[in-house]
Amino acid sequence: MTAEITRRHALLAAGFGGVLLPHTLSAQPVAKPAELKVGITTFLSGPASVFGVPGRRAAEWLFDEINRAGGIGGVPVRPFFVDEGPGTEHLVGEFRRLVQSEGVHVMFASISSGSCLACTPLSDELRKTTILWDCGTQRSFEEGPHPFAFRTQGYGTPEVLAPLLYLLKHKPDFRSIAVLNQDYAWGRDSWELWKTAMDALKPGVRVVAEMFPRFNSTDFSTEITRLLALRPDVVLTTSWGGELTTLIRQATERRLLERSLFVMPVGEPSMPALARTMPAGHIIGARGDHWINHPAPRDRAAFDRFIEGYRTRFSEYPIYPVHHMAQAIWALQAAYAKAIEAKSGGWPNDQELANAFRGLTFPTPTASITLREDGQGLEEQIVGLSSFTERFPYAVPEKMIRYPAAEISAPVGQKSTDWLKTLRPGMETRVGAAL
Amino acid sequence: MRRAEPLLALAGAAALVGIAYAAPWLRFVLTIALAKGLAVLGILLLLKAGQVSFGHAMYAAVGAYVVAFAAPGMGEALVLLPLATGIAGLLGLVVGLFITRYREIFFSMLNLAISMVLYSMLEKFYAITKGTDGIRVAPVTFAGLSPERESAEWAMFAIALLLAFGFGIVARLYLASPMGQALAGIKTRETRLEFMGVPARHVLLSAYVFSAVMAGAAGAIIAMTTRHVTPLLAYWTTSGELVFIAILGGAGGVLGPFLGAAAYELIRVHAAAAFADLWQLTLGIALLLVILFAPGGLWGVLARLFRRVRA
Repeated sequence: MTAEITRRHALLAAGFGGVLLPHTLSAQPVAKPAELKVGITTFLSGPASVFGVPGRRAAEWLFDEINRAGGIGGVPVRPFFVDEGPGTEHLVGEFRRLVQSEGVHVMFASISSGSCLACTPLSDELRKTTILWDCGTQRSFEEGPHPFAFRTQGYGTPEVLAPLLYLLKHKPDFRSIAVLNQDYAWGRDSWELWKTAMDALKPGVRVVAEMFPRFNSTDFSTEITRLLALRPDVVLTTSWGGELTTLIRQATERRLLERSLFVMPVGEPSMPALARTMPAGHIIGARGDHWINHPAPRDRAAFDRFIEGYRTRFSEYPIYPVHHMAQAIWALQAAYAKAIEAKSGGWPNDQELANAFRGLTFPTPTASITLREDGQGLEEQIVGLSSFTERFPYAVPEKMIRYPAAEISAPVGQKSTDWLKTLRPGMETRVGAAL
Repeated sequence: MRRAEPLLALAGAAALVGIAYAAPWLRFVLTIALAKGLAVLGILLLLKAGQVSFGHAMYAAVGAYVVAFAAPGMGEALVLLPLATGIAGLLGLVVGLFITRYREIFFSMLNLAISMVLYSMLEKFYAITKGTDGIRVAPVTFAGLSPERESAEWAMFAIALLLAFGFGIVARLYLASPMGQALAGIKTRETRLEFMGVPARHVLLSAYVFSAVMAGAAGAIIAMTTRHVTPLLAYWTTSGELVFIAILGGAGGVLGPFLGAAAYELIRVHAAAAFADLWQLTLGIALLLVILFAPGGLWGVLARLFRRVRA
């Protein structure tokens, strides 16, 4: 914006008083800012706050540590949190407020896929680097390019395909399956991904029931009765949070998990709440490779420091949103370092920052993540069987298999459902290495 | 007060334009506020007849989804708006034909029930509506022009403001007409209305359809402004929000809904900015304060101030 508009702004601002607090945006922000502002949208209310609040805690904790160590590129970081709970229309308004009024330098957008789908086009319009820090919808980068959006973790396709490959290896002779997913976009999408991949990898499996109970259900007795009668070999559920905890509690009471093998791609966050109620021997995923009992992390000391740091500060075990938030922050650090170096010490503008993210590889304590040219991150997936050890009061995986992200993600420019159709039986023997 | 209304409306509009100019990010918030004000104006008409609708968000959702479905094929705002408004009005007529037989709690609850049916359909017909993730609304053109982001935002703001004025004037004329006056008759004693030869159902039906039309226009504006529609638009909490705004604004004049909507949206964004965890509490306290100390809503407060100045 020109200086003339700025002056008018100031006059009008004086006229309308303190309620509005307008800030001008400068299009030439090459000067180092006094603080690095990061806008973060996360669930602070509603059922998904089981993910949103740990995510927020992780951000506050890590930014505190970064600031104590001198900030990013010598600039202290200041997070601005926004509640995703009230819905898209509110969130889109808040996104604009953070960018246009607070003048944030980077946005971290959203847990809900609906929120991400609304925020990514906004990042194009406002030309503001936006990190999709937790949402998993494959639609984000498959329905069109988003030059300012990057996802610093895996997404739905590998997160569903990895447990499927694990199942094919662990119990290759299963003949029937039932699905019990939440009745909303993720529940439907994940089943479509699973079904497409399963039909390609193991044709002829009988789907005995497709059940989509209402989102936020608290009673699954009807579904459990039906599953007890149908006796499917495998039950898939991509439910999460309190709902999964409730489902497993009710299903174990009626011994459903003794009859059918459960596959829970988003099982990890519910394990601490389920504690010893969770039966052993079922397939659990964590939307990534950051299991708390990871047997061979890249940097053992850093991993332990991270886990213990979070645990001592908040008296709870970190679950995957904590790791996803941390990945977004580490990516941010790496991208700024790369951009500042490319500019030989100068502070990057929005375009230069976005350029630094494209193709970025940044280390995590467990492995490293590379952002592809379409913005999608490649994160390894680890799946295992629920088991109990001395170390943790809840179920953690054993007999883990690690799947390299590039081999289980749809290639750039391809739609996941089209790509999954091209898979051939026997993939489970080729992809994935036991840990 | 009634005579001062046009002047106040002009002053309010000028203030909104000024705010939108001074703080670009509020332009979006105020466009939404104006749209919601339109929907609340419809609720206000029904309130005049003593009927509260807890389902009017469904007409806004219909307007919004019409825009979302039609925009890829026919992305002209000046066509989409009448289309969305017309379809919402048509649905209002069909639903209104039997819903206007009921009064008070039955009227409220049936509206709620039908809106939740629409919500479930939007959520469950996944192949068509993309479920809770919602549909991205394609960019729209304005009279054949496809402006830059900032001009497009101004265009939407201007359309919302013009519609607010247009519908505000029509609603004012309507309320002053015999049909509008008869609404109060439904509230006080319906049988007397019938004795006078005025069919109460027709009176209520016309108001109902009019309110659906306004909600449809509101939905279309919301869809074209936020550029993403989700089934949440039809959820009962959204309908409740409209009633909340009606109470906040006050049921006195046609300015009340817009006053309420602007206040509601501004309180919400500032509450969300100041305390991300406690914005619900802040809104709740604002409503409690209005109920306890200003039963006539913000409009009532304004009217009282106005009288005191003149006295």
